Amino acid sequence: MKKKLNVQTRKSFVTYALLIVVVIAVEILLNTGNISSMMQGLLVPICVYAILAVSLNLTVGILGELSLGQAGFMCIGAYASAIFSNMVKDSITQPMIRFPLAILIGGICAALFGILIGIPVLRLRGDYLAIVTLAFGEIIKNVFAALYIGYDSAGLHISLKSQGDLNLAADGKMVINGALGISGTPNDSTFEIAVAILFITLIISYNFINSRTGRAVMSIRDNRIAAESVGINITKYKLITFGLTAFLAGVAGVLYSHNFYSLQASKFDYNLSILVLVFVVLGGIGSVRGSVIAAAVLTMLPEYLRSINKYRMLFYAITLIVMMICTSNATVRNFFIRSFEKLKGLVIKKKPAGGTVKEGE
Amino acid sequence: MALLDVKKLGISFGGLRAVDEFSIQIEKGELYGLIGPNGAGKTTIFNLLTGVYKPTDGSIVLDGEDITGKSTIQINRAGIARTFQNIRLFHNLTVIDNVKVGLHNHYKYSAGTGVFRLPKFFRTEKEMNKKALELLRVFDLEGEAYLPASGLPYGKQRKLEIARALATEPKLLLLDEPAAGMNPNETAELMNTIRFVRDNFDMTVLLIEHDMSLVSGICERLSVLNFGQLLCQGETSEVLSNPEVITAYLGE
Repeated sequence: MKKKLNVQTRKSFVTYALLIVVVIAVEILLNTGNISSMMQGLLVPICVYAILAVSLNLTVGILGELSLGQAGFMCIGAYASAIFSNMVKDSITQPMIRFPLAILIGGICAALFGILIGIPVLRLRGDYLAIVTLAFGEIIKNVFAALYIGYDSAGLHISLKSQGDLNLAADGKMVINGALGISGTPNDSTFEIAVAILFITLIISYNFINSRTGRAVMSIRDNRIAAESVGINITKYKLITFGLTAFLAGVAGVLYSHNFYSLQASKFDYNLSILVLVFVVLGGIGSVRGSVIAAAVLTMLPEYLRSINKYRMLFYAITLIVMMICTSNATVRNFFIRSFEKLKGLVIKKKPAGGTVKEGE
Repeated sequence: MALLDVKKLGISFGGLRAVDEFSIQIEKGELYGLIGPNGAGKTTIFNLLTGVYKPTDGSIVLDGEDITGKSTIQINRAGIARTFQNIRLFHNLTVIDNVKVGLHNHYKYSAGTGVFRLPKFFRTEKEMNKKALELLRVFDLEGEAYLPASGLPYGKQRKLEIARALATEPKLLLLDEPAAGMNPNETAELMNTIRFVRDNFDMTVLLIEHDMSLVSGICERLSVLNFGQLLCQGETSEVLSNPEVITAYLGE
């Protein structure tokens, strides 16, 4: 019985272990210089996309609602933290203090927006919710693309018209320059920090799912009417999940904005939201580990396919279709499970020769 | 004073008067049956009692507390739990988790405590597991505790739904056709379970049922509903021999 109790915990520990193994391997490659510069440049984005996918999985897989506003929340986290880092980079020079603060600010701003947007939006369900969250994501992106912020000795100046409209004093500095975005953000995101945050995201997600709160959220997904009949406050748990998703997306945005020197709002369009949804769906809806793997594979793939330039998107599309068939078609899935079991049988059969029978018993 | 006191309850959907002037008094510890032909308004009455529908008129008082027009969640907290005619389990959760969702409002810790795995999390989860397994044992579901609820056979799904409802520690349990789809053996077993629940959990039960062997076997009093109106009310044997009831529902 004890063994069965720990199925969920065991699942999460396998994921943690896998991540640690991969990270150690990457670290070894990095330190021995056996990694291409292209791959090196992808390390942080992979972590960012993995965090986005895991957080979206909480809404799509655990709450069972389709949200397409992920890029919007990421945008808020990216901009809020980039503004903060740009303004304090001269006064707080130590990235070890500045960056955690930036992460908190980015995450909390995104979560606040998530909850604010969630209050009216979560009354909707299914397709309608998807459409409205998509619209909110676009609104956020477009507002940031039209925003001019600068500061001088008199304080902050904000305008939605043009740079000249800010009336900055001679000592003033631009922070957000409309569609040109933010430049000069300190490059605080490193692979180590990004992986650490991905790890924390995984722990938060698994612990969230396997707790009283997670059970309540999943009960709403499985049967809303029954959940209500046993006294589950549906609005509350929807908002908690939506807020947590937005918080983690915001944190991913912080990592993203601090990975590049300049940042434009146009990067956070609906294509990004849909891309993250693709990670979630292909990784398996509700599977945290699957989200991470799908995010990593599908971020690396287009880069590796650059060599066959013209046919790049064709191969990408084919891969998506094959992955979809493999994960959702029962016949194909069973084929893989059977072959895996056969393989396992071969390995185990060999073992007695090695003299490890007792261990198996 | 009666545990459940419903007076002149009524609801209209547009021009349709689904339930009209329905009154019922259920004493504490009673096994009460609600019968009637299909479409008579039995499930509508359950939905009114649990706040799924808001009554157009009339009042519902549970244990001295007026619960008329309150939300489903408030009514569940006040002490009414129910099962559904078409089983509504949390299919992707395990059997024990289904019961633990029922325990939700009685064993509490915050979302933060769960995420950061504070000591209170482990303490409360342990208590929840113990309580949930106790409940499952009553319904002979202990062996299936860690299987997904969707994998249970039909009869056991019905039992699990009752266990989940009981986990919310109600004063009044509403069972909507608990024996639907069961064979005579399963029905007989269910009758024992319902009696056991009444005796050991100090429960009051109101049930809707078409299976007359179950109704005559365990219900102490009956109300018969026809076209949204009360046809007859009283002791089971009296009601079942009432000529009006025989014409409207039982058949000659």
